[in-house]
Amino acid sequence: MPADIYLNVAVGGVLTGLVYGLMALGLSVIFGVVRVVNFAHGEMMTIAMYIAVTLFTAFHLDPLVMMVPIAAVLFVFGYTLQAGLINFFITRPEHSQFLLLIAVAIIITNMLLILFGPDSQNVQTAYAYESFQIGTLIVDATKVYAALAALVVAASLFGLFRFTLLGTAIRACADNYTGAMVVGLDVKRLYALTFGIGAACVGAAGCMLLLLFDVTPEVGPAYTLLAFVIVITGGLGSMPGALIGGVLIGLTEAMAGLLFSPSAKSMFAFAFLVLVLLFRPQGIMGKRAA
Amino acid sequence: MIGGFFDDVPYRGLVLLGVLLAFMLIAPLFAGDYLLTILIVVLYFAYTGLAWNIMMGFVGQLSLGHALYVGLGAYTAAALYVHFDIGPWIGLLAAVPVAMLAGAFIGYLAFRFRIGGVYFAILTIAVAEFARIGFDHLSWTNGSSGLFLPVKQYTQNDLWHMRGNPAMFYYILLAATALALVGCRVFLQSRVGYLWLAIREDEEAARSLGIDTFRYKLLAVVVSAGMTAFAGVFYAFYYNNLFPEQVFSISRSIEIILAPIIGGVGTLFGTIVGVVVYEIFAEGLRFALAAFGWDVPGVRQLVFGLLLLIVVVTLPEGVWPWLARKLGLTERKS
Repeated sequence: MPADIYLNVAVGGVLTGLVYGLMALGLSVIFGVVRVVNFAHGEMMTIAMYIAVTLFTAFHLDPLVMMVPIAAVLFVFGYTLQAGLINFFITRPEHSQFLLLIAVAIIITNMLLILFGPDSQNVQTAYAYESFQIGTLIVDATKVYAALAALVVAASLFGLFRFTLLGTAIRACADNYTGAMVVGLDVKRLYALTFGIGAACVGAAGCMLLLLFDVTPEVGPAYTLLAFVIVITGGLGSMPGALIGGVLIGLTEAMAGLLFSPSAKSMFAFAFLVLVLLFRPQGIMGKRAA
Repeated sequence: MIGGFFDDVPYRGLVLLGVLLAFMLIAPLFAGDYLLTILIVVLYFAYTGLAWNIMMGFVGQLSLGHALYVGLGAYTAAALYVHFDIGPWIGLLAAVPVAMLAGAFIGYLAFRFRIGGVYFAILTIAVAEFARIGFDHLSWTNGSSGLFLPVKQYTQNDLWHMRGNPAMFYYILLAATALALVGCRVFLQSRVGYLWLAIREDEEAARSLGIDTFRYKLLAVVVSAGMTAFAGVFYAFYYNNLFPEQVFSISRSIEIILAPIIGGVGTLFGTIVGVVVYEIFAEGLRFALAAFGWDVPGVRQLVFGLLLLIVVVTLPEGVWPWLARKLGLTERKS
């Protein structure tokens, strides 16, 4: 029954897409506030994936359970990176910032390569082969858990930005840098916190993604690029846009993998980006520039 | 026009350039195969760096996907050679337009909606990645199993078919690089060059003066792409094998931009200095790691990442502007 296969693959793609969305959300938050392009985003995620894989192999700790401490580690990493390095580059030209983060990305990738070797690693959880069945629809349990976790993290992030004083202060920095300084906000510190939050986001996403895919030291750049495609597709500066973009890209990849070949799936994600740029350049949820 | 060609270059700079050119011309007479191979790599990155610099240095458009133009040039010429026995110089007539079309496509897509800066950069990577995966599945060029150019035992250099010893390739590339350097200089001193710089400095102001910024930005991408395509043709006939994973990968694009950024974006001589600094460091590192027995996969790139970090943090405008001031080679004031 082909119709069932399409539906199954589509649902799987949407669930994976939610995790992609969380990863992209981290990038969107960093770019939306600090205005620095985190070209080491995927590489930061591989750090989280390696921590998770190590904890799993050594102590059988489930990546979803370890998500919070790992996100905390990434928060510290992101905070330190922004406070110690990127804050000095805020006023530098874009290509200079880009090069700085490329250097960070190269350093991360090769540190991981030296520490863990080039072979791919993964986790085999007890629920790896479980699935839920609703009528003719069969969904991997792993994907459901990962997507639920992504939704919880994304929801707490929305809450943080919407309802807390810290979130309001960070949004103020994003809206008006000078204005935020005038009213006495410590912008540099808030930038560091924001970068930390973005890093924590991608750290959590890494834990979820590890349940779905293998990790090698070299996967970083592909995920960085994927996060960018999602953010631009969804609309820059829009938090719901990042999630929606993630779902659309996840769906596109899954369908392309089914209809053509899994190895060609990211090609369709890029084609999708080109279509968005052609017909809706501000992104799906983005506001048209004046 | 020619009379004013060297006007603002200091005399000591001219002497330096002359000495460098003389050295490069006679280098194959005394250089062994190893040194010659390194010099070819130096020239290759000097050439691609100059081509990239037209977009970033002159018009301020950051391209992170120049591997696309290298790859398209390489694959077009190589496929024509393998399938139809068409030589590289005729193949160049197809390779350059193909790359130019790709550049025009990206430029049109981006500049029509005023996609600039970072978004433009992402778009260039995305198209390069699209091409990489596309060529992986293209059976006409053997997909991911790679396209190989027939290598025959040669008795003498065949310039027309680009078959010969490293010295021949060296001189082809030396001529191309010298031509690129002169060409960039001519561009910079022409009307187009001034319009480009105006757009780089302040696009809004340029537009308000009635400059068709869309057209001139597009022109820069097309020129840069076409120039880069020649490097691709050279690559194909020098290395004789092409794999999409290697030719189109992001790391190739990054390699291309390292020399001009280390040397100093927007300066012509900076690109040359950048590639020399980079190669000396890279080769020195290789020897050092081998000598200490630390040649674990990753160490080389790690040290390299650290060097890049140090250069970016301490010399934000690049090595060359700093070096030029030290050597008293800043522009003549007249």
